[in-house]
Amino acid sequence: MAGSNPNAKPMDLTLKIWRQKDRNTAGQLVTYPLKNISPDMSFLEMLDVLNEELLVRGEEPVAFDHDCREGICGMCSLFINGRAHGPERGTTTCQLHMRHFNHGDTITIEPWRAAAFPVHKDLIVDRSAFDRIQQAGGYVSVNTGGVPDANEIPIPKTIADKAFDAATCIGCGACVAACKNASAMLFVSAKVSQLAMLPQGKVEAKTRAENMVAQMDVEGFGACSNTGACAAECPVGISLDNIAMLNREYLGAKASSENV
Amino acid sequence: MILDSKIPEGALAEKWDKHKFNVKLVNPANKRKYDIIVVGTGLAGASAAATLGELGYNVKAFCFQDSPRRAHSIAAQGGINAAKNYQNDGDSIFRLFYDTIKGGDYRAREANVYRLAQVSVNIIDQCVAQGVPFAREYGGLLANRSFGGAQVSRTFYARGQTGQQLLLGAYSALNRQIAYGKVKMYPRTEMLDLVMVDGKARGIVVRNLITGKIESHSAHAVVLATGGYGNVFFLSTNAMGSNATAAWRAHKKGALFANPCFTQIHPTCIPVSGEYQSKLTLMSESLRNDGRVWVPKTVEIAQRLRKGEITVNDIKEEDRDYYLERKYPAFGNLVPRDVASRNAKLMCDEGRGVGASGLAVYLDFADAIRREGQPAIAAKYGNLFDMYAKITDENPYEKPMRIYPAVHYTMGGLWVDYNLMTNIPGLYATGECNFSDHGANRLGASALMQGLADGYFVIPYTIGDYLAQTPYDKVSVDHPAFKEAEQNVKATTDRLLAIKGNRTVDDFHKALGLLMWDYCGMARNAEGLQFAKHEIRKLRDEFWQNVKVTGVNEELNQTLEKAHRVADFLELGELMVDDALNRNESCGGHFREEYQTPENEALRDDENYAYVAAWEFTGVGNEPVLHKEELKFENVKLTQRSYK
Ligand SMILES: Cc1cc2nc3c(=O)[nH]c(=O)nc-3n(C[C@H](O)[C@H](O)[C@H](O)COP(=O)(O)OP(=O)(O)OC[C@H]3O[C@@H](n4cnc5c(N)ncnc54)[C@H](O)[C@@H]3O)c2cc1C
Ligand code: SF4
Ligand code: FES
Repeated sequence: MAGSNPNAKPMDLTLKIWRQKDRNTAGQLVTYPLKNISPDMSFLEMLDVLNEELLVRGEEPVAFDHDCREGICGMCSLFINGRAHGPERGTTTCQLHMRHFNHGDTITIEPWRAAAFPVHKDLIVDRSAFDRIQQAGGYVSVNTGGVPDANEIPIPKTIADKAFDAATCIGCGACVAACKNASAMLFVSAKVSQLAMLPQGKVEAKTRAENMVAQMDVEGFGACSNTGACAAECPVGISLDNIAMLNREYLGAKASSENV
Repeated sequence: MILDSKIPEGALAEKWDKHKFNVKLVNPANKRKYDIIVVGTGLAGASAAATLGELGYNVKAFCFQDSPRRAHSIAAQGGINAAKNYQNDGDSIFRLFYDTIKGGDYRAREANVYRLAQVSVNIIDQCVAQGVPFAREYGGLLANRSFGGAQVSRTFYARGQTGQQLLLGAYSALNRQIAYGKVKMYPRTEMLDLVMVDGKARGIVVRNLITGKIESHSAHAVVLATGGYGNVFFLSTNAMGSNATAAWRAHKKGALFANPCFTQIHPTCIPVSGEYQSKLTLMSESLRNDGRVWVPKTVEIAQRLRKGEITVNDIKEEDRDYYLERKYPAFGNLVPRDVASRNAKLMCDEGRGVGASGLAVYLDFADAIRREGQPAIAAKYGNLFDMYAKITDENPYEKPMRIYPAVHYTMGGLWVDYNLMTNIPGLYATGECNFSDHGANRLGASALMQGLADGYFVIPYTIGDYLAQTPYDKVSVDHPAFKEAEQNVKATTDRLLAIKGNRTVDDFHKALGLLMWDYCGMARNAEGLQFAKHEIRKLRDEFWQNVKVTGVNEELNQTLEKAHRVADFLELGELMVDDALNRNESCGGHFREEYQTPENEALRDDENYAYVAAWEFTGVGNEPVLHKEELKFENVKLTQRSYK
């Protein structure tokens, strides 16, 4: 086959993987030796290989979330050797390739750990809290139809670009997993500041900030203590500036609440 | 069965407005008496669910991912078309209509395509109002680019993440309705059957993917927005979970499946690198705006390259064959997808392919970098170049990319009329799940347009027309039709779990994919198709005797989920082959080797095949029945597509 690097040698690995039957059963790390892994494989393809081997042996395969395998849907997760999405910066687990590991490595694979993300099974967690935070205000209140022509709302390119940067959050939850307080501030701030920067979203900016932060608290995410661990592990580089902006919107909201 | 497309009377440009005026309306106060099920939360489903909720209907929405935001639409890269003519370069609704009909090689319905072009302009307005951050010019107005063979700049985009931004817009509208209580969302829930009462669609049976619980949901109408079936091929650019199950099970309940063999093979994907490959990654078509496609001029040079005796940068300019520019001087590297894909295959078949396997061609940016500088190219394509480097470990700024065609999109799907209703009353299909607008080949940036057109602007009108004629009475999920469907789902599940064979689900899926790719892929012929039909049947028989599914139903069981999907692919694959065998012509993405021009272009047979092939299910292993919807072209002249 057309390996991009025909000289790359296959590797043998030891995997320590979190296995947990369901939400109510305690889990544990289980060790699996795995041989002959091509460095050109993606991390999830490596797990596919393990799962095929487990199936053939009649054992339960390891459950993990994934879908696009292109770094955009936010479905994959995994805490790899203590790092959310593994060792490569700016990379989701599905885009991580085995060439970043070495022959003989032991790799520990765990689910996201956060009270607000309970484990469903093995490496799969429940991230529905993120949806509920978005439902609390992550939108502009417009119905379909009856909106102005798109070019009637000119937006300076610099602002549009910044809003875009915040809008690229994939909702994966790595920021929560990376944070010692399991805070969701980076995730929440990305949406709040995307919409607050744009004229369409400005109108509701304060209420939005208040409502989304309130929901975040209800869900049991921790407080933000500004360590920056979230942004360091965010696969799409959501900036800490968004948290500063959220704080401004939020404090402004508290001072002149529209939530009446 | 007579297929009635319900195309409204009148001039092409007036049909939709007239139809909107003629459809029956549901009084605002009565809308809350109707329940609508929307399966799928991609662009087509999320936009429909949100808009129907806004109108006042009670909506239940379903998706198999953990959140509606993760639908496969999220991965669309390049952009969305709209006939805004903001660039003043001669675009118009008629031109977008014309390009789409021609690009589809004259196998789509005029009236639907015209409506699509009409509402395209509203989509952009809607998305901007929601806060979708499209690319902008320095003056603050929206930017456009030309895309996928179009000669005007009508594509709106958000860097290489247009699908993500559009879907997050639709997701936000959906969230607003969820918060209002007008939409109830069921994530991690998979539809496994359609329920019909008195010949009408009245609900679905689903499996809760966390608990395994099999449950029924009842409604007055059901909308399937469950995406395409490209994963029949195992390897495709679709997300891993993309599947045909919802549409296929509706088909087995009587919904006709149209043009199943019309699949799109996208020319610019990262080539396969090994047996373990789980999916293929698209490199956006926008790259062809600046990249030049080439292979070595001779087989000898290609061979030396493959053996590693020389590297790509050793190949002199005069030894490179920029074959698209050579063969199609007018369109060059921007020929439509089917033409670009087929030519890549031709080059590799000749032995001039590159990469260790010889199944790749070059996409070269050296000239563009020389002309515009690396920063300018990085600004346009930076994220794509990074993605390529991450996957292949090669730097595309220094070496040309290696690309090869891959399965990308399925033009076929459930047959629908002008109202997007299938032949089952009350069952609708929208987005990639239906067959409606792209004929035999879809133009770039038109799927996003269609999904949102269907969901925001078409179905909200047309479903009202049906509901206005439907009594408010609800059907209880205790009705025997629901119980029977639940029983069937349980029986299929039990059967899959009981086989306890020796071969994994993925193994069967890969075997099917290879058959489909080799015999029903970029080029097909009668002999190969007949062989494939035979082999698929054998494989399907083996599947039901020898598949290995571990675990139980009452748990999160990803192997069982896959087994259901692959069981359906094994049936759908055969129908695709039947359809390809029936269509004795070449058109768009359907290339029958027996039917080509002397220059190897697709040779249509308008006399005998200007129809939609809509297939009726008659039982697994039985021959399906063909129903034809003749296509009438009153506003365009059928011509041989030429991109020379
Ligand atoms: C890599 C890539 C790039 C693309 N780029 C572009 C582009 O630039 N421009 C363009 O116009 N088009 C593009 N396309 C095509 C386009 O993205 C898709 O055709 C389109 O997004 C499909 O949208 P949809 O809403 O019909 O379905 P999808 O987005 O596929 O959504 C399907 C939904 O159905 C749900 N579902 C499926 N089955 C079931 C079931 N049984 N039970 C419950 N739920 C179910 C899923 O959970 C999901 O929510 C691209 C496609 C790919 C693969
Ligand atoms: S902010 Fe980054 S890490 Fe957090 S959910 Fe969004 S993309 Fe993931
Ligand atoms: S699987 Fe979609 S981001 Fe990783």
